[in-house]
Amino acid sequence: MNIVALSGSIAGSKTRTAIEAVSEIITKTYPEEVFTLIDLADYDLMFSDGRNYLEYPGDTGFVTQKLMEADIIIMGTPIFHASIPGALKNIFDLLPVNALQDKVVGILVTAGSAKHYLVVEQQLKPILSYMKASIVPTYVFMEEKDFYRKEIVNDDIFFRLERLIEDTFQTSEAMEIVKKAKEDAYGF
Amino acid sequence: MENERMDPTKGLEFGLYTLGDHLPNPHTGERISAQQRIQEITELAKLAEQAGVDFFSVGESHQAYFTTQAHTVVLAAIAQATNKIKIGSSSTIISTSDPVRVYEDFATIDLISNGRAEIIAGRASRIGLFELLGYDVQDYEALFEEKFDLLLQINQQEVINWQGEFRAPLRNAQVIPRPLHGKLPIWRAVGGTPASAIKAGYAGIPMMLATLGGAASVFKRTIDAYRETAKNHGFDPTQLPVGTTGFFYVADTTQAALQQMYPHINEGMKLTNGQGFPKQLFAQAKDKRSIINVGSTQEVIEKILYQHEVFGHQRYLAQMDFGGMPFDNMAKNIEIIGTEILPAIRKYTAK
Repeated sequence: MNIVALSGSIAGSKTRTAIEAVSEIITKTYPEEVFTLIDLADYDLMFSDGRNYLEYPGDTGFVTQKLMEADIIIMGTPIFHASIPGALKNIFDLLPVNALQDKVVGILVTAGSAKHYLVVEQQLKPILSYMKASIVPTYVFMEEKDFYRKEIVNDDIFFRLERLIEDTFQTSEAMEIVKKAKEDAYGF
Repeated sequence: MENERMDPTKGLEFGLYTLGDHLPNPHTGERISAQQRIQEITELAKLAEQAGVDFFSVGESHQAYFTTQAHTVVLAAIAQATNKIKIGSSSTIISTSDPVRVYEDFATIDLISNGRAEIIAGRASRIGLFELLGYDVQDYEALFEEKFDLLLQINQQEVINWQGEFRAPLRNAQVIPRPLHGKLPIWRAVGGTPASAIKAGYAGIPMMLATLGGAASVFKRTIDAYRETAKNHGFDPTQLPVGTTGFFYVADTTQAALQQMYPHINEGMKLTNGQGFPKQLFAQAKDKRSIINVGSTQEVIEKILYQHEVFGHQRYLAQMDFGGMPFDNMAKNIEIIGTEILPAIRKYTAK
């Protein structure tokens, strides 16, 4: 299985910190799987201009192709001005319409306040659904108080991240079994 | 429809087309050389002609996994190798070429072929060629509309005065040679949506409608929108040919046809478009209402006739040459087309 953990912002540190925690859990629990951490802050991405994702050069081509190759994406997003950051929206714009078909997406979100709890439900999930992702229903929501100096200081966050990863892998395994049964039934 | 060299009383025209892709055969992982691929395309055209197929066309794509970038040169070879089959492009990306040069090329092919050349002009679904050929993809629509319009004007008059944004002005410019019968049939290639078809309707020119999958009835809406728009702009839709294109493959049974064809489409699309073709959608080809003409010979005949009943179109272009489909399989399909499919289509659609 091919897993990508995506930190969907070029600003701030909380999402990156949480994605690093995810990365540690995944590489420890599933050492045999192919794992890539992509922090958008580490890449110089173009804005989407409508071309096929295969035609983007440099960092943009690298990031889009890594995401397209993934079976599982753990997507981390901060909340800026009551929405996902433009950097993450650009990722969606760079990818084709049905880009997330046959991929399982688990979500973690970091925010300055609990008032933003539903932003994922109202703004991120509709985009993922449109792009045909299989979304893990429960996401991990983290706040300012869970972090101190770029570290997670609330033990429960680790438990919740572990459960998110477990749920995401389980969904993926279940999907694989169903898909295989379906394909066998087609007989071609 | 005389301008398009079509005679609807003879029934639905049947053509074959290739995008000119150059992909490995997914069943073996092997890819033939570019030279062999180009020569096999010409061979296919010859076989198609012998089988009585009406039309054969070659596409233009400037990117990896394609080999007919110079599609007009390939068409010239086909023109020389054949005698009666109509030949054309599928499609010519007019946006990134000079319409004068395109017209010169096709008029010349028309003379080589004794009046058999046609242009299907499109906007490109893969846009890597904009950068390669020095154009800005931001001008995607403007480039196509301006250059396509110029191409149509050149077709109407030998001496032309023209000014636009993307090409040097033409002052009393003579565009020669002229085609054998004065004009070339020029079609507008259209994607699946009504919005795109309406633009062909504005200009009152023939439309070639590309389809991938889904229900035939959905594409009927696009054709209706085209005819309605043409009518509102003073053209007679009954005089405007409509063509459709789509996947085609026949085998002894539906299951065998799906089995043989699917990997070519799925793996080929992964390499050229970055995404495979959903198996679920492909499996629906078993239903008569699906636009995908893959199945047993009898089923495919029934589908084509059903589509003709729904669309009332004048030409169907079959795409079986994709994704490294072996030449022998295509030769066998062409034989079936000639002996079984064409007679059935003509029997039921000719007046």
